[in-house]
Amino acid sequence: MALFTEAFLTALLAGAISAGIPLLLVGLGEQMSEKSGVLNIGIEGMMLAGAYTGFLIAWKTESMGLGFIAGAGGGMFVALFMAVLCVRMGLNQIVIGISLTLGAEGATAILHHFQFSRTYPRLPATLKWDIPVLHDIPVIGPALFGREPVVYFALILVAVFAYLYRRTHFGLALQAAGDKPAALDSSGVDVLKVRTVAVLTTGALAGLGGAFMAIVGAGIFVPFMTHGNGFIGIVLAMLARGRPLWVLGGATLFGACLSLTTALQVAGIDIPTDVIQMLPFAAVMAVLIVLGSKANLPVSLGTAYARGER
Amino acid sequence: MTSETAIAPESGGKERKVRLNMHDDRLHFLIITIGPVLATLVIASLILLAMGVSPLDYYGYIFQRGVMSPSGVQATLTRMGPLLLIAASLIVCFRAGIWNLGGDAQFILGAVFVAAAGPELVDALPAWLMLLLCLAIGAAAGAVWSLVPAFLRAYQGINEIITTMMMTFLGGSLANVLVKLVFLDPETTVPQTRTLAVPDRLPRLFDTTVSSGVLLGLAAVLIVHFTMNRTAFGLRLRIVGANAKAAVHAGLPVATLTVIVFSISAGLAGLAGAVSVLGQNGNVRADWNPAYTLTIVPLVFLARFNGFATIAFVFLFSVLSIGSESAARRLGVPNYFTLVTMATLLILMAVAEMIDQRRSKGKAV
Amino acid sequence: MAGTSAAATALDQDGPLVSLKNVTKRFPGIVANDRISIDFWPGEVHVLLGENGAGKSTLVSMLTGFQQPSEGEIEVAGVPQDLSSPQRALDLGIGAVYQHSMLAPTLTLAENVSLGRPWWQKPDRRGIADEMRKTANSVGITIRPEALTSALSLGERQQAEIVRALMRGSRFLILDEATAMLTPKDAEKLGNLMRLIAQDGRGVVFITHKLNEAVAYGDRISVLRLGKKVGGLPPEQLRAMDKTEAHDEIVRLMFGTRTTGSEATENTPPPQHKLDETEKPILEILALEVDDEATPVSGIELKIRPGEVVGIAGIDGNGQVQLAEALAGQRPVRNGRIYLDGVSIEDKSIGGRRNLGLSYVTDDRLGEGIVGAFPVSLNLLLKQIGDAPFWKHGLEQPAEIARNATEKVAAFDIRTPGIGTPAGKLSGGNIQKLLLARELGEKTRAVIFAKPTYGLDLQNIAASRNRIREAADARKAVLLISTELDELLELSDRIAVMSQGRIVGIVDNNETARQRVGELMSGVGE
Repeated sequence: MALFTEAFLTALLAGAISAGIPLLLVGLGEQMSEKSGVLNIGIEGMMLAGAYTGFLIAWKTESMGLGFIAGAGGGMFVALFMAVLCVRMGLNQIVIGISLTLGAEGATAILHHFQFSRTYPRLPATLKWDIPVLHDIPVIGPALFGREPVVYFALILVAVFAYLYRRTHFGLALQAAGDKPAALDSSGVDVLKVRTVAVLTTGALAGLGGAFMAIVGAGIFVPFMTHGNGFIGIVLAMLARGRPLWVLGGATLFGACLSLTTALQVAGIDIPTDVIQMLPFAAVMAVLIVLGSKANLPVSLGTAYARGER
Repeated sequence: MTSETAIAPESGGKERKVRLNMHDDRLHFLIITIGPVLATLVIASLILLAMGVSPLDYYGYIFQRGVMSPSGVQATLTRMGPLLLIAASLIVCFRAGIWNLGGDAQFILGAVFVAAAGPELVDALPAWLMLLLCLAIGAAAGAVWSLVPAFLRAYQGINEIITTMMMTFLGGSLANVLVKLVFLDPETTVPQTRTLAVPDRLPRLFDTTVSSGVLLGLAAVLIVHFTMNRTAFGLRLRIVGANAKAAVHAGLPVATLTVIVFSISAGLAGLAGAVSVLGQNGNVRADWNPAYTLTIVPLVFLARFNGFATIAFVFLFSVLSIGSESAARRLGVPNYFTLVTMATLLILMAVAEMIDQRRSKGKAV
Repeated sequence: MAGTSAAATALDQDGPLVSLKNVTKRFPGIVANDRISIDFWPGEVHVLLGENGAGKSTLVSMLTGFQQPSEGEIEVAGVPQDLSSPQRALDLGIGAVYQHSMLAPTLTLAENVSLGRPWWQKPDRRGIADEMRKTANSVGITIRPEALTSALSLGERQQAEIVRALMRGSRFLILDEATAMLTPKDAEKLGNLMRLIAQDGRGVVFITHKLNEAVAYGDRISVLRLGKKVGGLPPEQLRAMDKTEAHDEIVRLMFGTRTTGSEATENTPPPQHKLDETEKPILEILALEVDDEATPVSGIELKIRPGEVVGIAGIDGNGQVQLAEALAGQRPVRNGRIYLDGVSIEDKSIGGRRNLGLSYVTDDRLGEGIVGAFPVSLNLLLKQIGDAPFWKHGLEQPAEIARNATEKVAAFDIRTPGIGTPAGKLSGGNIQKLLLARELGEKTRAVIFAKPTYGLDLQNIAASRNRIREAADARKAVLLISTELDELLELSDRIAVMSQGRIVGIVDNNETARQRVGELMSGVGE
């Protein structure tokens, strides 16, 4: 059986990246929040808001670029609530996070309902940038080097974040904010400011991830379309423990499993999606059972910081 | 030095006024419950106006549908059954300091196995025994699904938020696989399990359509509330939740208790799935996953894990969701509007609680 | 009164570095600081003394910008300043080192020092490390800037924090109970360090409630009581006094009496317990081995007779905690035997051992001793959950629980607003009384006390030591783990010295004990 044809492999890899990019973006975002001590459960809502605003603007302006910017803005808007309510006012991060997810699910669905009623207009295919030379490599070329600009942006972001965390004071400040906020405060750095920046960045990245799903992945907006991707992002961030490269690895693995079904169907093999979708989670659980290592989360994760309450 | 306890900032820094007088108590109640509800109504009304719907009509309709009309009340009460069981499941684990966020998978697997077993057992066993056995199967399925996170947390110290969430995704897919491949009803075209006939389901209350599942739910919440607050077992769990090191120091078997908590919590979630099938649906369709847990988590939090407050919140939520389902058909307000209302209410309640705490703490001058 | 007279040791005669002018800080229902006026001079170690609750920490948090005064002013170098944030205080040259380290544990020391520089910049890890070493050398200490903070001892962390403050150019350094959790040796190091820093013309504020340290390192002493400044000793007066006179004067200021002091115990005679050499021991430990990553314990042999107090001396971290936890059952025993009244208990559970009469008063009072959010009444029964008469068939009996709590609160003089008050809201001294009340029952045969007076103020220290004496008088076997030699000499019949997980010697408590224990602790002779 000619399973591993070039077409099959290209479809598999391209699909893996298409499914993995939103996970990568949202995982990188969540990672930054968690590093700074904020457990951002509202991230699913931020994604959905990004998916909606991204789609809407892309559809209205017929510009994918503006769509992505709007998507990032939409995610940031939801994150603003998180920043004000949880970081500034110190409300329970889990209660607010879930509320924001619920609210964003409802709000985007209603807005979509009133704008499009029951129609689901489709966006044209997105602009792609072919990277010279590399694009001509079989399989890898079309799957990886002939992609939407956002894909390149996301991959570059991995390196940027790795640099930020390891090589700048911003990275140190993030880590201290999650580990021992009082230490950061007594060094004269405003803990709330650091956490606010982290949460807003998270929102922007989650929004971008959502916009990618709507604009590139599906070409349409459907209510609840992010379908747990934000939560997978949380899992990725927790497993990666502050290392952006690990988020990339995890996102690729999850993306590959998600795309495997489609690729197999292309090859004429019918395996229920559900079986394939179980693979990445089953793999991670198996690793945890075998290794039994302790998941190292920042000490102050989930707790609000108030000056003077040492 | 008799004044040791009076001078707080040195030792604790967070001294609160111990007693509030009667007037304060009433004000307190008002701020923390009525205030957010009213504010939510105002905000939601503004949104409704923006959508071109009269808020009076909408809420009048929901009230009439959810509370006044017999069929609405019956639907509300029936819906409360599984929701209350999930609430009970969450109260147990949260009070023991364990984040079981895997309720959705425990629920759906409980439902799937009950839906598979029910039609098989219905001819072989007397009705009461069949129902009892099905409830047990649901609870067991949920509990089994929590074992891996439970053992990882108890003996390896692995954060259960990650593991239960992964088990949720895994369980959701597994449920679909089971429905589509294993427990498929060959006589239907849509992938779903065989259907339990209405007379074989949980008995209805009196002459209504209300499933007795709601009684199970009420009982579960009240038993959990009582157990956690008034028994030695509940106290042990609360100690593990409040200070695990103190639990070790006091000689409590923390690992064993952790596994027990997981089993009870997940068992109740599985039971909720069973009640859903036995009381309402009679079967499980592929891709059916109501994902109740996430909506119940904040409710339980805002009730501060108090059983009675939880029942009230779950009732309110059921009225809203049942009422808005018909309002969607009648007034053209999408069902999703409930989500927005819930989110607003939850946020405002959290804000109110914070204001209340600052007030009683009397913000530092 | 410490006041406006220029200090003799000051290099800079211009005026005080920092002045508090009638500073008042109110919290709801409490005046934490009441019109306090103090001048802090350059070139001086200024000791702030006071019992828990006297208002010292509030004062510090205002000086470091964590809180702002309700009334009054803070002047820095003669200019009124609004210390609105920690950053502002740092900018004005005010640095602080706290009892609990203020370093992020997952960063290295150098990275911690680097915190707070512009966000886009690359941390100059090597440069900062070099500078840290240089600064540390200049005050005569060595540090490892590349080490991960979490891998260092508290003493090392605090030295690093002082170095950090010096590198930031702090002219005014506050040491807030910085010695409270240090070993005697590290505390002495820190004391010498603060003298050195002051000699350079900086101002040092040292907050403590150990009189010895205050007299040993301070140039000037101010005493706070119940939020007010009640007096002090200016340098001339302090220097004119000998140690005992100074102690007495400070105790008089702190308590309004000369007789409460119990820290000046050097002349207290050893206890005179009636011990019968032929009596069977209550607690018997044979060749005990305990696993631990950092400090494994081995070869422990001890016998404690009825009414006997055996002290365990040694610097923190030499296996005392591991020994105590293994005896109590919180940690598995690798090898060896533990007998309680002739019954072997090393395989029994914590509850099983307790039922046989073994009690453990932990030193981690807040961490594992109590559940802070739970009421005093339940905390008193934390180790008896489910037992009659407080629970029947697993059901709580509120009347019995309340009766027990009321009795214990009265008997052990626990100062609490009520038995329903969350235990975490009590002061350290009262939490210790709560633990004592829980552990010292009639059925108790043997008691392990881990650092029973650590972090307490003088009154509560006296109360705790009395309970230990009473336990011995009631013919119980007492194992007393302490890092305070004076305490051991005051209470013990015999003193065992622990070092690196082993008992390196056991000394009878007589006139030569101080000398012998000191030798054993420093590794001389065996």
